[in-house]
Amino acid sequence: MPKREDIRSVLVIGSGPIVIGQACEFDYSGTQACRVLRDEGFRVILVNSNPATIMTDPEFADATYVEPITPEFVEKIIAKERPDALLPTLGGQTALNTAVALHEAGVLERYDVELIGADFDAIQAGENRELFKEIVAKVARERGLNAESARSHVCHTMDECVAAADQLGYPVVVRPSFTMGGVGSGFAYDETDLRRIAGAGLDASPTTEVLLEESILGWKEYELEVMRDRADNVVIVCSIENIDPMGVHTGDSVTVAPALTLTDREYQNMRDVAIAVIREVGVDTGGCNIQFAVDPRTGRMIVIEMNPRVSRSSALASKATGFPIAKIAAKLAIGYTLDEIPNDITKVTPASFEPTLDYIVVKVPRFAFEKFKGADQTLTTHMKSVGEAMAIGRSFAEALQKALRSLEKKDSSFSWAGPVGDREELLAACRTPHDGRLRTMQQAIRAGAGVEELFAATSVDPWFLDQLMLLDEEARALAATPELDRDALERAKRHGFSDAQIGEIRGVGEARVRDLRHALGLRPVYNTVDTCAAEFAAKTPYLYSTYDEENEVPYGDRPKVLILGSGPNRIGQGIEFDYACVHASFELSRAGFETVMVNCNPETVSTDYDTSDRLYFEPLTLEDVLEVVYAEQQTGPVAGVIVQLGGQTPLGLAQALKDAGVPVVGTSPESIHLAEERGAFGRVLAEAGLPAPKHGTALTVGEAQAIADEIGYPVLVRPSYVLGGAGMAIVYDDVTLTTYMAAQEGGHPVLVDKFLDEAIEIDVDALYDGEELYLGGVMEHIEEAGIHSGDSACALPPITLGGNDIKRIRAATEAIAAGVGVRGLLNVQYAMSAGVLYVLEANPRASRTVPFVSKATATPLAKAAARVMMGATVAELRAEGMLPAEGDGGTLPLDASIAVKEAVLPFNRFRGVDIVLGPEMRSTGEVMGIDEFFGIAYAKSQAGAYGELPVKGRAFVSVANRDKRAMIFPVRALADLGFEILATEGTAEVLRRNGVHAKIVRKQSEGRGPGGEPTIVQCILDGEVDLIVNTPFGSPGQSGPRLDGYDIRTAAVLRGIPCITTVQGLAAAAAGIQAIVRGDVGVRSLQEHARALRG
Amino acid sequence: MSNAVLVLEDGRVFHGTPYGAEGETFGEMVFNTGMTGYQETLTDPSYHRQIVAMTAPHIGNTGVNDEDPESGRVWVAGYVVREPSRVVSNWRADRSLDDYLKEQGVVGIAIPGTRALTRHLRERGAMRAGIFSSPSEPLEALTERVRQAPSMTGAALAAEVATAEPYVVEAIGAKRFTVAAVDLGIKGMTPHRMAERGCEVHVLPATATYEDIMAVRPDGVFFSNGPGDPATADVTALRQVLEGGTPFFGICFGNQLFGRALGLSTYKLRYGHRGVNQPVRDVRTGKVEISAHNHGFAVEAPLDGPFDTPYGPAEVSHVNLNDRCVEGLRLLDGRAFSVQYHPEAAAGPHDAAYLFDEFCEVMTRAQA
Repeated sequence: MPKREDIRSVLVIGSGPIVIGQACEFDYSGTQACRVLRDEGFRVILVNSNPATIMTDPEFADATYVEPITPEFVEKIIAKERPDALLPTLGGQTALNTAVALHEAGVLERYDVELIGADFDAIQAGENRELFKEIVAKVARERGLNAESARSHVCHTMDECVAAADQLGYPVVVRPSFTMGGVGSGFAYDETDLRRIAGAGLDASPTTEVLLEESILGWKEYELEVMRDRADNVVIVCSIENIDPMGVHTGDSVTVAPALTLTDREYQNMRDVAIAVIREVGVDTGGCNIQFAVDPRTGRMIVIEMNPRVSRSSALASKATGFPIAKIAAKLAIGYTLDEIPNDITKVTPASFEPTLDYIVVKVPRFAFEKFKGADQTLTTHMKSVGEAMAIGRSFAEALQKALRSLEKKDSSFSWAGPVGDREELLAACRTPHDGRLRTMQQAIRAGAGVEELFAATSVDPWFLDQLMLLDEEARALAATPELDRDALERAKRHGFSDAQIGEIRGVGEARVRDLRHALGLRPVYNTVDTCAAEFAAKTPYLYSTYDEENEVPYGDRPKVLILGSGPNRIGQGIEFDYACVHASFELSRAGFETVMVNCNPETVSTDYDTSDRLYFEPLTLEDVLEVVYAEQQTGPVAGVIVQLGGQTPLGLAQALKDAGVPVVGTSPESIHLAEERGAFGRVLAEAGLPAPKHGTALTVGEAQAIADEIGYPVLVRPSYVLGGAGMAIVYDDVTLTTYMAAQEGGHPVLVDKFLDEAIEIDVDALYDGEELYLGGVMEHIEEAGIHSGDSACALPPITLGGNDIKRIRAATEAIAAGVGVRGLLNVQYAMSAGVLYVLEANPRASRTVPFVSKATATPLAKAAARVMMGATVAELRAEGMLPAEGDGGTLPLDASIAVKEAVLPFNRFRGVDIVLGPEMRSTGEVMGIDEFFGIAYAKSQAGAYGELPVKGRAFVSVANRDKRAMIFPVRALADLGFEILATEGTAEVLRRNGVHAKIVRKQSEGRGPGGEPTIVQCILDGEVDLIVNTPFGSPGQSGPRLDGYDIRTAAVLRGIPCITTVQGLAAAAAGIQAIVRGDVGVRSLQEHARALRG
Repeated sequence: MSNAVLVLEDGRVFHGTPYGAEGETFGEMVFNTGMTGYQETLTDPSYHRQIVAMTAPHIGNTGVNDEDPESGRVWVAGYVVREPSRVVSNWRADRSLDDYLKEQGVVGIAIPGTRALTRHLRERGAMRAGIFSSPSEPLEALTERVRQAPSMTGAALAAEVATAEPYVVEAIGAKRFTVAAVDLGIKGMTPHRMAERGCEVHVLPATATYEDIMAVRPDGVFFSNGPGDPATADVTALRQVLEGGTPFFGICFGNQLFGRALGLSTYKLRYGHRGVNQPVRDVRTGKVEISAHNHGFAVEAPLDGPFDTPYGPAEVSHVNLNDRCVEGLRLLDGRAFSVQYHPEAAAGPHDAAYLFDEFCEVMTRAQA
C-alpha cells in the first residue's frame, strides 16, 4: 500500500526530559521519525521540552516547539498548527499518555486530528491490565495457543488489595496501571509490605488502579520486538533474554540478544502468541514489545505485558539487529507496508523479514547509587539504572566482557586479582539482585562456587552460569600458561579479555600486553551488523570488533575524522554530549570528511548507523579506541580524532591517544591538562590577572582545618579529579569538616575552596580558534552559588547582568581561552560576588549546556566547534553563515526571548533520599522554557520538568533563617494572587509582621495538636497543599535524613506536589505564577524564535 | 587442540576443533541462518549429503530431546558450528548435542570463522567440502579428495532417504480425508500437520507409481520435500495424478517436481535458501509470510502472470522478496498447488500453516 495522500502534516510528540526509564532512546526514535516524515514530504510539527535532543534541532521539523508536554500546551500547539495527524508512539509513555489525555478531552476530535500509528482502543488494551488479561485468555481460547497470564486481581482500594493478596498467597507483585518504567511496582512479602507498596501504587496510577498477581520470581524472562503494518504483515525483529530472571526490571537487567536458551518449538510458540496478541490488541501499525516469563522447571509460559509503542527495548533491538524500528514504524504509520520498505543495510532485500544474528549482543545497566545516599540499592521491578551500555561479540563471553568494560566504572569488569573472597558470603550476596551482581557471581566462582549453588542463589539460567565458569577456567589457564604466547593470548582475546585484564592476571602492565599482542600481529577484526548473518552483502558500515577471521572495514576515499562518543548515560554525562558528537558528525560529513563514530550507548542518536559514515559499536577504553584508529588507518588517512565533545570519557583518553601517535585534534591534551590541573590553571589565571576563590589542597584533617582557618568558612570541599561534583560538600564549621575528612579515602587529596556565599553563578560556553572568541552564551543561575551547575535552573540571556558585566565576562573568557590554548569549545564557570568576578573552573570541552545555548541563541555551537577543531576559523564560519556575521551570544538584543533551563531530578525513583540540592549533581535531564518574559519562561520550565505550577490553592512556606528576608516579597505576591499561605511558626511570624497573613501549621516534630490538628506532613499527604516552599535548615549538601524539612520534602515527592527548595526558585516561581494568572501563555516555535533573533 | 580442518573444494581451509563424532566426511557445503531449531535441521532428510554450517554462534544450548526430531536419524553429512555448548539447559532436554552427534556418527567441527565461511559461500556459491577430525595428509591431498566427492548437481537422492515400506499416520480426531503422501525425504511435522486437520496420511516410498498412489483411494496426493537435483526425478506418476484430477499439494522438492510436471525447468541456486526468516509474498493476497526454507534448487517460471500447461493455466503463487525466486505454483483451477518453502515449519515460523487448510479445502471441494 502506498503512502497516504490524505495527510499533509503530522504532529510528533517527544518524551521530554531524560528521566530514569525514559532516556535518549526516544530522541533516537523521534529523530528517525521526523527524518522519515520530512523525507516523505510531510509538514512535521514537533513538541518536546528537552533542548538537549537532536530531534528538537530546527532542521528536523518544520515547526519545533520546545514547550512543556502537557495536554494544555499541546492543545495550544494543535490549535495554532492544525496538524492532520498525531503520531504518539515514538515519544515513550509521556507521548502516549498525552495523546490519551487529548483524546479524552475531545481535543483531537475538536481539531480533527487523526491518531496514527496506534489507536485509542489499542492503547487501552495494551496498557489496561485487566483488558490485556482478557485478550491473552481469548487468544488461548480461540486460536488454540499455549498462552496464559499470571493469576491476578485488579484492585482500586487497599481493602481489595489485602483480600486479593490473601487469595493469591504471598509474595505478590504489585503493578500500578499507566505508569512508566514500573514506577510504584514491587514485591510484597507480607501485609505490611503490601500496604506500603500498593498505597504508593494507587497514588502513582492516574486511574487509581493496581494489579496484584502471583509471584513468578526467578522465572526466565524474555521479550520480543514486533512490527505490524496495515496489511497485517507481522515480523519479529528481535528476541531478548534477560540474564537476571523475573524480579528485576528489564531496564536494570543484564540482557542478551538473541534469546539463547529456547528450542525452536518454545520460541515459535512465543512468536505465535506475540503475533496473536498484537492482532487482538489491534496495534494498527508500528512497533511494540511483548514480555514473557517461562518457568525453568516446567516451561509454563506467561504473557506479562505489552507496550503498544516504541520503547527502550526497541532502541536496543534496533542497534542489536540493524533493523531501525522507529524509522520503519514512522513509515508504516503513513501507510507503507513492510514489503514496500527496503532494508537499509542490504538495500536489495525488503524490511518484511526477521533479522538473524551471527553474533551476540549484551546490554548492561549503569547505576548511580553513589549519588543517592539512603536509597535502597536492591534491584526490583522498579527501574533504578540511569544508563546502559551494549556490546557485540561473536560469542557470549566476548560480548559480555566487552559490555562490562563499556560501563567505564571501577570494578565493573570481571577480575581475578586481589584476595579470593569467602564463598558463602559471596553466595549470600548473590541472592539479592544488585548493581554488579554478575561480578559478585564471578567472584563466588573464583572462591569455588559451582553452577548448582549459583543457580540456587540467583535462578540465573545454568547456561549463563556455565559461561561464567568458562571465563573462570580461561582466566586460570591464562594465569597458568608458562609463556604468554600467541595461542594463549588469542584464546584470551577470543573470550573477550581486555589487555588490562590479561595484564592483571599475568601480573604485567596493560601496555606490555598490548605491545606483545601487536608484536604478534594479533588484532581484532571488524565484522558488520548486517541483519542477515552474511546471507547478503551489507552496504552500511556498522561494525564491531571481534577476534575472528575476516576484517570487513571498507576502504574510504575521503579523509576520516573519528568522533569519540560519551558511553553509557550517567549523571553528569548524558544526552548533551551525544548531541555535540552527532552535530560534529553531521557537519564534518557535510564539510567533506568521512565521519567515524565510536560509542557503546544503544540509546543514542550517535549509534544510529544513519548518523555517521561509519559506526563502530565499541567500548570507549584506550585499547578499544586504539584498535579502531588502527583499523581505520589501514583503510585510508585519518585526519583527526575528536575527544572534546563526548564529555569526560574521551577527554580522559586524550593524552594516552596522543602518546600513541594518534592525531588528536582541537584543544591539545597538554592544554586540557592546563585547565584541569589546579596549580597549572592557577598560573593561567594569575597571568591573566583573574581572581579565583582562595583555595588549598589537604591530605589530612589538620591540613584542611588550617586552610579553612586561613580562607574562612564556608568552604567547598571535594576530592580532586571528580565528575559531576561527586563527593562535594559545602562546610560551615570545624565539626562538619572533621567528619567530612574522616570519611575520605586516605591518601587522596581533598580540595578546599573558599565558598562564595550569596554569589551569582554564571556559566559560559564559548568557541575559540586561537584568534577570535565567539561567546556562545552567558547563563545566569537562578539558584545562588553552591548548587551544582547541572542541577540549577539558569536563564539566557542573563536576567540581572548588565552590558558591563558581560564585557568583563567576555574579556575573562578570552584570556582563559588564550592562556589554556583552546581550539574549539570552552566552558567557564564564574561567580559574581560583591562586584568581583571569580573564576570557579574552566573545562576545555563541550559542556552540558551546549545544546541549550545552541537552541536558545539559534546557533549551532557544536557544529562550529567541530569545524574549528578541523582548522576553520570563527571568521570563516561567520562568512559561511554558520555563525552570525556580527555579534555573538553575548550581544543578544534586548528584546531577545529568554530561555530558562531547569534540571529534572529522579527523586521519585529513590524514595527516602533527600531532595535538597547541593554541590553534587543528581539530575538526570533538563527542560527548556522559552518566552519573551522571564516569568513565563520559568513557568514553562517548571511545567516541563515537574508539572504545571499551581495558580491557586494553598502554599506552605517554611524557610531557614537566612532566607527569611528574601522570601517576604515573593510570598506576598503569592498571597496577592489569592493563595492561602500556610507556614510553620517562625516563618509565619516574619510574614505576619510584614503584613502577609499566614496560617500556622504544626511541625512534624510537634505531632498532632490537642484538638487533633494535623501536622504539615499529614496535610501534604492528605493532598491539602498545592505548593511547597521549604529551604533546608543547616548547611546545604550535608542534610542528613534527620534534619528538619526532610519529612516535608519526602511527602512532597510522594504526592508529586511542586516543592521549591531555594528562595531564588521561589521568586522565579512567583513571577511565573503571576505571568500565568495575568494572561494567556502562548507557544512559539524555535523557527519563529530564530527568525525574531536573526531576522 | 585445533587439529580438525574443514576443506573446501576451491582450496579454502578453516582450522578448528573436532565436534561430535571424529573421522572424516564429505558433502555439499551449505549454511543455515536459523537462530533456533538445530535439532530439526539435523534430522531433516533434505540435508542428506550436505555439510551444514550454522551462522548462529552458540549451538547445543538446549540439548537434544525426543520430541523435536523430524526423522529417525541425523541426516546432515557433517556439521560446522562456532561455539558448541558445554552444558545442556532446557527442561525438555534428554542429552547433549555433542553426545547425540557422536552416537549418530556425525562428524563435526567447531571453527571461529563461520562468518568468513558464509561470506565465502555467498560469493562463490555452494561447493563440495570435507571435514577431517585429525588429518594425516597434507592439505593439498585433502582438497583433492574433496574434489573427488560427488557433486549435488545431478544427484538423485530421494530414494536414499525415503521410507522403504508404506506406513500410515492416523488422523488426530475424526478422519476427514485420506492423503497419499509420497516420501521424497519427508519431515515428521508434515504428516502431523495434516493429521491435525483430520487427514489419514499414507506415506508411500519415493518409488511409488500412480497405481500405488491411487490404491489408497486418496482424497488428495502430496509430494514431500527431499534432497538432490529435481532434474533427476521421474515425474510420470505426478503427471498421471494431475491428469486424473486428484487434488495435489507439494512442498519443496515436491514443488520442483510439480514445476517439472507442468513443463517448467529447474536450476541450482548459487547458495540456496536455508533459514527461518525468508519473506515470501502470496501473490493472490499480497500478504507476506516469514517462512522456513531449505532449498538449493528452484523452479524457473514466468513471474508476470499465468502461463499455459498441459493441465490448464497455472501461475506463480508465491515469490521470495529477497531474490524474486519462485516460491509457489498453482493451477488456476486451484486443484493442484505447491510451495518451495516449508509451511510445516519445524524449525521456523508458522505463518504458512494456512496452506494445509487450503489443501483440506481443495479436498473438500473435490469430495463434493
